[in-house]
Amino acid sequence: MDSFQTQVLVIGGGITGAGIARDLSLRGVNCIIAERYDINAGASGANHGLLHSGARYVSNDATAAEECRREGELLKKLACDCIEDTGGLFVAIQGDDENFVADFPHLCAQSGIDAQAVSIEEARELEPVLSDRLVAAYKVPDASVDPFKLTLDNFHQARSLGSTLLRHSEVTGFEIDAQRIVRTKLKNLLTGEDFFIEAELVVNASGAWAKEIAALAGCSINLLYSKGSLLVTHNRVTRKVINRLRPSSNADILVPGGTVSILGTTSVRIDTLDAIFPTVKEIDFILEEGASMIPALEKARSIRAYSGVRPLLGSQSTGDDRNVSRGFALLDHAENDLDNFVTITGGKLTTYRLMAEKVADLVCGRMGISAPCLTRTEALPSGAGAKWTKPGLAPKMWVKHHDPDDTLLCECEMVPKSVVDSLIDSIHLQNGKPDLKALGVRSRIGKGACQGTFCALRTGAYLYDTGEMENDEGLGSIRAFISERWRGIRPLLWDTPLIQAELQEAIYCGMFGLEIHDRQ
Amino acid sequence: MDVETEIHCDLAVIGAGMAGMAASLFAANRGIDTVQIGIASQIIFSSGLLDLLAVHPVEEGRTWDNPWEALDRLSGDLPDHPYSRIKKSHIRKALSETVVFLADSGLAYQVNEERNSHVITSLGTRKQTYYVPRTMWNGVQALHEKKPGLIIDIRGLRGFSARQITETLKPVWPGVRHERIEFPDMRSVQEMYTEPMARSLAVPENRKKLADIIRPLIKDARIVGVPAILGMQDSQDVQQDLEDMIGVPLFEIPTMPPSIPGLRIRETFEMKLPEKGVRLKYRNRVSRISKNNDEFLLEVGNDAPVSRIHARGVILATGRFLGKGLYADRKTIREPLLDLPVYQPGVRPEWHRFDFMDPRGHLINQAGLEIDNRFRPLDGSGKPADDNLFAAGSILAHQDWMRMKCGSGLAIATAYAAVNAFLKTTSKNG
Repeated sequence: MDSFQTQVLVIGGGITGAGIARDLSLRGVNCIIAERYDINAGASGANHGLLHSGARYVSNDATAAEECRREGELLKKLACDCIEDTGGLFVAIQGDDENFVADFPHLCAQSGIDAQAVSIEEARELEPVLSDRLVAAYKVPDASVDPFKLTLDNFHQARSLGSTLLRHSEVTGFEIDAQRIVRTKLKNLLTGEDFFIEAELVVNASGAWAKEIAALAGCSINLLYSKGSLLVTHNRVTRKVINRLRPSSNADILVPGGTVSILGTTSVRIDTLDAIFPTVKEIDFILEEGASMIPALEKARSIRAYSGVRPLLGSQSTGDDRNVSRGFALLDHAENDLDNFVTITGGKLTTYRLMAEKVADLVCGRMGISAPCLTRTEALPSGAGAKWTKPGLAPKMWVKHHDPDDTLLCECEMVPKSVVDSLIDSIHLQNGKPDLKALGVRSRIGKGACQGTFCALRTGAYLYDTGEMENDEGLGSIRAFISERWRGIRPLLWDTPLIQAELQEAIYCGMFGLEIHDRQ
Repeated sequence: MDVETEIHCDLAVIGAGMAGMAASLFAANRGIDTVQIGIASQIIFSSGLLDLLAVHPVEEGRTWDNPWEALDRLSGDLPDHPYSRIKKSHIRKALSETVVFLADSGLAYQVNEERNSHVITSLGTRKQTYYVPRTMWNGVQALHEKKPGLIIDIRGLRGFSARQITETLKPVWPGVRHERIEFPDMRSVQEMYTEPMARSLAVPENRKKLADIIRPLIKDARIVGVPAILGMQDSQDVQQDLEDMIGVPLFEIPTMPPSIPGLRIRETFEMKLPEKGVRLKYRNRVSRISKNNDEFLLEVGNDAPVSRIHARGVILATGRFLGKGLYADRKTIREPLLDLPVYQPGVRPEWHRFDFMDPRGHLINQAGLEIDNRFRPLDGSGKPADDNLFAAGSILAHQDWMRMKCGSGLAIATAYAAVNAFLKTTSKNG
């Protein structure tokens, strides 16, 4: 059985794990990151993509508000390629809590957040789609961030410094001796083979799955799960991030990203992490609520929905889950008599870097390494293969640098062969197999109006042409890709998306018989 | 209102998919003065195969070698399925009348002694169907005989990888190789589309060039598969000519839609139906229908001037959601033209399964118009909405053509039933 050695094993390939790996690598510490599925498979890939100014938290969590403000300012400087500095608006409409509106500027000032009152006319000039029932508006320094590019860039630098990302590697157990994790047992989900990693320290950065991982080491964490669902619109609805100026509630944030906008979220307490997908009820609710702020949302075409899970520490969990502290928790399991195991969970995309810094400080302290944190001062370099997740970027590049032989594999989102080539290379570097799902995570393939119907066929054929696929594995890859996309499309099936879904079934089932292929 | 033309006819067929086309054909063959209106956009998504029935019951995924036996089982199991309202002998006549028409127009079909055949798709799957276009028939036999074969793809034609097809077919057809070619005289074209290639093969010189490219690649192969580009209405000549030059049989593999075999069917109907006296209005949709005395009045086109069609009978063959015969908002499914009641399974959360490939199929695919035994859509009280209003094709409720593999057969058989019902009504009244 294979066994690998490293200084630090990081469990979880989301933004937290990526940030930790980069921070540690910059301090000269070698890491292996083990991810069960693929990058950003959990909440890191299922959020708004909002770089909070902190204004959202001023009324109920001043600490989180200030953390967001400081980290947001820092990331705008150091990770500018991942961020679109859109600015944001907080808007109240008739019937919203007047006291909350009145307190807002004062609370922002207390947290050092620059909130500027704008007139109703100016707000509607900035964003003409806003409701004519607007009663108050403030400009804040919100921005939108591409969480996939952010994670990929962090991993890219960590890798260039000697760390390794293992995808499709599930932690199945720990061997513990004398209050230490001696070996971590993993399973390669592609091959089914077991293997071991020996590390001086193990960091559990598995987000909502932190409780399950900790339990494997005999440590208990009281974690609760709150599911949030979001909706992606076909077109970009606003230029700025739009927040509803009221206590956190459903569907009160609309974040633009490239050529689309994302509306959300809901907050539904769930007991298990088995079936995390958006329901018809949630989507209808999001749309109706969002439409009270921006009426055009009622008629806007949606292209997909998705859900993520907020991990909440048990002690924080009274009342509405959105109102509990969104701060993070760093748990040193030395308190559970396990000297080389720490868990980081909770927090937000905006504060990922700070979370990573705190983890790295603890880890380095424990290992006697005195190297300082560099992520606070050094810019995040843009990695190859990490730039194709932003809506609208591939078309721009394709039009600018179009090599006539570089034909499009995805026409809705204009993803050409050359982009897929570079992604194939980057996936190989991450010990992975370039199947359709892996390409979908790293690009806009399957995210356009055809819902993957045509691009899955073209890209699948291309993966055979390039020798990446053998035997009939393309059928399984297409099935997995379409099924994955289906979860996000299913709640949106009326009007045009329903027509598209019918075409997709006519092709995949009616024409190819993919659903009964293995029964003939 | 600004009216451009007033048209009078016996029968107005609304819809230009397979059901509408077949209805116009049957009506014309029976001497009915017919006008057909609709946008022939959906039919080009057809792969050219004429499915009859291959899967039943859907939830068991049971496939049938003999579709006629499957039909017997179906009519026992699903009395509301449109097939269950038609005699088997009528389904047979409807199909053969259609296939004879297509063959006379240059699109020959072949059938495996009343059995389903396996056709190779561009994904490398084998699709069960009943009538197989002549251009694909050699592939059916080659797959059966497992002769040494060669599958060719074309540089620049996306979504069609010969390597994918051969890799996927390996377990059932191990002796098949793949090659890639450059299509003649299109070296400068990067994104290749099937239609210009198919049309270019009308020129004998181009066929010769293509044959010269293929010939040296054949080696031990006894048969060669190519993407479906072997000509348009002239496909039989193109295929024969190429086979003579390369010395082995050829077969077509349908490409990603819209594909040439679908286009051939559309062009054939568009060309031949007018010769039979059918008046076609293919660039427009019917915007409104009303009834005065014993006459339907159809307004065609949205902008003035409109055409007005006066008809004694109407066959509604407007398709499902893609064809715009049905429309769904967030709460309900409607039939937008006449606002006929639509059978629908529950509320939106129940329309679709959580898994796209759920073997039971999606409940929304059972939605549609309910009819009586004479294919007349029912109104809210369960009676025919009108004596002279009929419905055919995929708009009908209680069938899942995509999962049962019965799309074309259902379209053709129900069109046949609807036309005959119209004939009976008029002969009784007139």
